[in-house]
Amino acid sequence: MAGTAFTPSILSRPVYAGLVSRGATPAIMLAEGEGALALMALADHDPAVMGHAHIIHIPAGTGHGAALQALGPAMYHEGPTLPAVLPRLRKALGDAHMGTALYIAGTEGVIGQVTAEALAAGVAAGAISTEHHGGAARRMQCVHCKGITEDVVTDPFICSHCGLSLFVRDHFSRRLGAFQGVCVDAETPGQIPAMQEIRP
Amino acid sequence: MTLRFNDETFRGDYTYHNSAAAVRRFPFPFDQDSYMYSVNIEPHRPTRAGSVFEHRFDVDEHYVAEMQDRAITLADDPLRCQSLPHMELAGWDFLELVMVCKSEDYPDMFTLHRDGDRWHWINRPLGIDQRFTFMDTSTLPCGPLEYIGRQTQGDHALLDQREGNLWMDAGIVTSQADWSLDFNIGMNFFEWHAPVPKAHELGIFQRALKFLTNVQQGKPSRRLNWTMTVNPRLDTSPENYHKWGPEKRTITPENVGAKQYLRVELQSFYRLPRSNALVFPIRCYLISLEDLVTVPKWGRRFHRVLRDLPDELAEYKGFAVNRSMIVDYLARFDDGAETSAGIFPD
Repeated sequence: MAGTAFTPSILSRPVYAGLVSRGATPAIMLAEGEGALALMALADHDPAVMGHAHIIHIPAGTGHGAALQALGPAMYHEGPTLPAVLPRLRKALGDAHMGTALYIAGTEGVIGQVTAEALAAGVAAGAISTEHHGGAARRMQCVHCKGITEDVVTDPFICSHCGLSLFVRDHFSRRLGAFQGVCVDAETPGQIPAMQEIRP
Repeated sequence: MTLRFNDETFRGDYTYHNSAAAVRRFPFPFDQDSYMYSVNIEPHRPTRAGSVFEHRFDVDEHYVAEMQDRAITLADDPLRCQSLPHMELAGWDFLELVMVCKSEDYPDMFTLHRDGDRWHWINRPLGIDQRFTFMDTSTLPCGPLEYIGRQTQGDHALLDQREGNLWMDAGIVTSQADWSLDFNIGMNFFEWHAPVPKAHELGIFQRALKFLTNVQQGKPSRRLNWTMTVNPRLDTSPENYHKWGPEKRTITPENVGAKQYLRVELQSFYRLPRSNALVFPIRCYLISLEDLVTVPKWGRRFHRVLRDLPDELAEYKGFAVNRSMIVDYLARFDDGAETSAGIFPD
């Protein structure tokens, strides 16, 4: 299984091609929730990938911790949320040598933020492999106040910072790890369309 | 050349206006009676005395007021000028390009003295007299991109070239047609153009990128692009969309000629010598419909272009809601006569 299939969209919208082994090289692996299944499938396909792997796992209510540890990674860490594991991730990225592979599996918000951290740390885009698991919730930046709203599941939605009603664009910034939200009633203040659930 | 600078505003009371001479030299972007995307790139060499193509960086009657408007926008939102750390050298390249071009093309307005790396820049219209050390940012009041960007009409993106692609890694952007530098900074050529409909399928961006990555030093290129704007507003940014958006719904059949503007971008592309980056100036020209139709050829042609434009493009360019009023207004200036080839007035 190579993760969620998304509706084809514009070119800035990320696609998550599924985890592909880069062999027995040093690797940082971050799995959130059902993204753990992607690491298990990866190890099943190529057991050599785990020998130099540092797994950072955010269970998010799932119970895959023991199974991930059983894959035999060189390092294993479990943390409650992405903000909680960020210091460790940044240290790992900062310490990483040229040629270190990065595997990310989980929801779109987590993939986006971890990718942004990696790019900022100088990891080449081609060294990053991603796979989407979980709901279609999006991480959105309000273009007006610049605040980020996590786990957006409706379109439009209300910016958690400035309170404007924003529509959900497919335009995505890898630097920010976020989609763009734009005021939905800018031209006709107060006329806000009914909220729809976001689909993959 | 003696130029009188207009006392005018691009917000609030919108006192922006074009003189009769500015109307005649307006860069009307349609060379035929219909429009579709194309890679309409040509060499940016001096063309037609008095036209906007005569000089490399056109300075016109709006110069001083545009720079005042830019200062207002930057004070309100400093994120409109950003430069990723590796783009400092490209910023110096750009500063040099503008100072050399303007002092050569407009010696009455701009003077540049160079003694090694000790430079002296005089900008008479803006009352600036600056001595500084080239490549030493501590000798300027701000970074080189912002410094010269505050003295040069048009938005400016600095594009890094690597991996066979162009990356928008720096810019000063205060007169944009609804795109965000803060959101797009760091994107590659295909990513920042992603929201444009149809053009990807037509292969426009693949061909344009191929062309742009081969632009050589001393051989700049240019193209025209266009959209529509209600009121002569430079800052049609997504950041402030909730502030200017309501104005888009104030068009009536009575005021459409005065309030609806054609917005034309003169885009040019220069290879920079030290950084190998491209600088991409996007110069905005605004003309009201009632001024535009004073050139009969333009009135006829613009009517035909907008009448026949695919709905998707009117939607993307943001004027679908006012399109019928615009077309009805322009129809009054289209007698069905043939139009001559090319963009210039007869």
